[in-house]
Amino acid sequence: MRLQAVDVKLGYGDRTIVNGLDLGIEAGTVTTIIGPNGCGKSTLLRALGRLLKPMGGQVLLDGKRIEQIATKEVAKILGILPQAPTAPEGLTVADLVARGRHPHQSWYRQWSADDEGAVAEALDMTGLLDLAERPLDELSGGQRQRAWISMALAQGTDLLLLDEPTTFLDLAHQVEVLELVRRLHGQAGRTIVMVLHDLNLAARYADRLVAMRDGRVVAAGTPHEVLTEELLLAVFDLDAKVIPCPVSGTPMVVPIGTRHTPQAGVTPKEVAVG
Amino acid sequence: MNVKTTPRITADRPLRVRGASWLVRPRGLLMAVTGTVALLTLMALNMRMGDIPMTLAEVVAATIGDTAHSFVVMELRLPRALTGALVGAALAVSGAITQAIARNPLASPDVLGVTQGASVTVVAVIVFTGATYGGASGTLALVGLPAIALLGGFAGAVVVYALAWRRGLSGHRLVLVGIGISAVFTNLKYWLLTVGDVNDSSRAMVWISGSLHARGWEHVWPVLSALAVLVPAALLGTRTLNALRFGDDTVTGLGMRMNRARGVLLLIAVLLAAVATASAGPVAFVALAAPQIALRLVRTAQPPLIVSAFVGAVLTVAADLLARSLFSPTELPVGVVTAVLGAPYLIYLLIRIRRERRT
Repeated sequence: MRLQAVDVKLGYGDRTIVNGLDLGIEAGTVTTIIGPNGCGKSTLLRALGRLLKPMGGQVLLDGKRIEQIATKEVAKILGILPQAPTAPEGLTVADLVARGRHPHQSWYRQWSADDEGAVAEALDMTGLLDLAERPLDELSGGQRQRAWISMALAQGTDLLLLDEPTTFLDLAHQVEVLELVRRLHGQAGRTIVMVLHDLNLAARYADRLVAMRDGRVVAAGTPHEVLTEELLLAVFDLDAKVIPCPVSGTPMVVPIGTRHTPQAGVTPKEVAVG
Repeated sequence: MNVKTTPRITADRPLRVRGASWLVRPRGLLMAVTGTVALLTLMALNMRMGDIPMTLAEVVAATIGDTAHSFVVMELRLPRALTGALVGAALAVSGAITQAIARNPLASPDVLGVTQGASVTVVAVIVFTGATYGGASGTLALVGLPAIALLGGFAGAVVVYALAWRRGLSGHRLVLVGIGISAVFTNLKYWLLTVGDVNDSSRAMVWISGSLHARGWEHVWPVLSALAVLVPAALLGTRTLNALRFGDDTVTGLGMRMNRARGVLLLIAVLLAAVATASAGPVAFVALAAPQIALRLVRTAQPPLIVSAFVGAVLTVAADLLARSLFSPTELPVGVVTAVLGAPYLIYLLIRIRRERRT
C-alpha cells in the first residue's frame, strides 16, 4: 500500500464530514473517488495529501504516519493538485512549473541544473514547451490545467493526487486531461488518485473506483464491480441503466429520468444490460 | 529524453557555483547600486544643514578626515541622517513583508497594530507620569521612551495577531482586525491627549508625529542592530514569501509550513517596525509606499526586500531634507512631510486597485 487511511475522522471545525473511514491505495494504480456533492471525497483527498489534519485515525504514506514525515520530504514523494488552484496574475507557465521544484530547493540551492531539467521534462510531457513563456491567464482551460499538472510533475513524485482535475473544462478538454493522466501512469507506473464527477470518464480512465456517500466508502473495486445500477441508486439516488461503453467496454451510465419523448425518426430500442 | 529548449524563468538569472545555485535579478542589483548613490548624496545634502552651514566638500572632508567641523558632523549630523536612513529602511522592509503576507498592497505595520500600539503607550506614559516625574525628559526621554515604544508596539501587534488568528492566519482578516484595532488605539491616544496636561500633551504630540530632531548615535545602534539581524533572517524567507501568492493548499502541498513561515516573518516585520518607531516615532507612509515603489522599479511580483530598504531610506532622508528646508529656519517633523506626501499616494493606490478589480 502506497497510501492508506486508517479509521480517519475528518472535518472542519465542529463539523465532522468523514467518520471512521478506511481506504488503501495500491502502488501503480489509477484510483478515482466518486460520489455525490458533499460526500467527503475532496475532504478525503486533502487528508491523504496532508492538507487536512485528521481529527482521529491516521494517514499512512508508505507505511509511515504522514504527519511524522517532514512536510518537505512528503512533497518529494507525493504531489497534490488542489481543486481549482489559483496563481498570481501575469505568472508565466514556466514560472508556475518551476514552483514545483520547491521541495528540492533551499536558500543555497535555488535553481540547479536538475531543477531546469525537471521543469523542461515536465513541460515536454504535458506538451507545453512552446507555451512556456506565455502568461497562464492567456491559456485555454485545458492548457491551464495541464500547466498545473506539469507543476506537480516537476515535483518529481511518483504519487499524484488530483482533486477534480477536469472541473470547468468542456468534454474535449476533460478527455485531453484524462488521456494525459493515463499517459503519466503508463510511462513511469505512477500511482494516481483522483476525484472526478463524470462517472463515465471515471469508469473509462480508472483501474479502481471508490464510491462514497455521507463520508463512508460504499463500494471499492474495478469499474465493473463498482458501477452497477444498484450502486447508482444507493449512492446517487439515481435511476439509471448501465450498458457497456461501445468504445472501451467499460460500464457506461445512462440516466433514466422522465423525458423519453423520441426524436423524429428515432425509435428507442431496448438495450441489453450486461 | 531529448529536450530542445530550456524554458526561461522570468527575469531571474541562475548563478551556479559547484553544487550551490542562486537566482539573481540584474534589475535588482542595478537598483541597489543606484539606491546607494542616491542615499549617500541625500545624506550629504542633509548634513550640510544646521546652525553652521557647510558646503558639500566640507561635509565629506569632515566625515573622512579630522577637520574643524568633524565634531558637529560626526556627533550631531551624521547620526541624524543615519537614523533617518535606517528607520526608513526598517519600515520599508517591515512593510514589504506585511504586504506579501497579507497579499494586499494596502497593508503595512500600521495595520499590524505596531505604530498605534507604540503611540498610545508613549502618550499614556508621558501624560500620566509627566507631572509626577517633572516632565518626560532626561533619562526617561532618552532610554525610557524608546523602550516603552518598543514594548507598546509589540503589545499592539500581539493584540492584532491574537484577534486575527482562527485556526490559521488569513491576510484579509489580519488587515481588517488591524485597521479596527488601530482605530481603537488612535482614539485612545487622542482621548489621552485631551485629558493630559497641556505641556505634556504638546511634548507627546512631537513624539507621535515622528521626528528625527536631535537623534544621536544612541538612536542609530538599535535600528542598525535590528536590521543586521532581521534582514538576513527575512531574506532566508524570501522564497516562502514569493510562494505565499499561491493558494494555501498549493503551498502546503509543495512542502512549506505556512503558519510557521507566516508567524516568523510577521514577527520580523513587527520587530523592525517597533524598533524603527522607538527611534523616530511613527514616520507615516514609508512602510506603505516604499515596497510598492520598489516593486515597480524591479518589476517583481512581490515587494523585493533589499530594494524596498533602499527606497525607504531614500524616501525618509529626502523627506527630512524637505522638512528642514521648506520653512527654514523652522523645522517640521519628518513624519508630517511623509504624511503629506503619502496621502495623495494612498489615494492613487486606492484608485489603481479599484480599476484593477474592475477590469
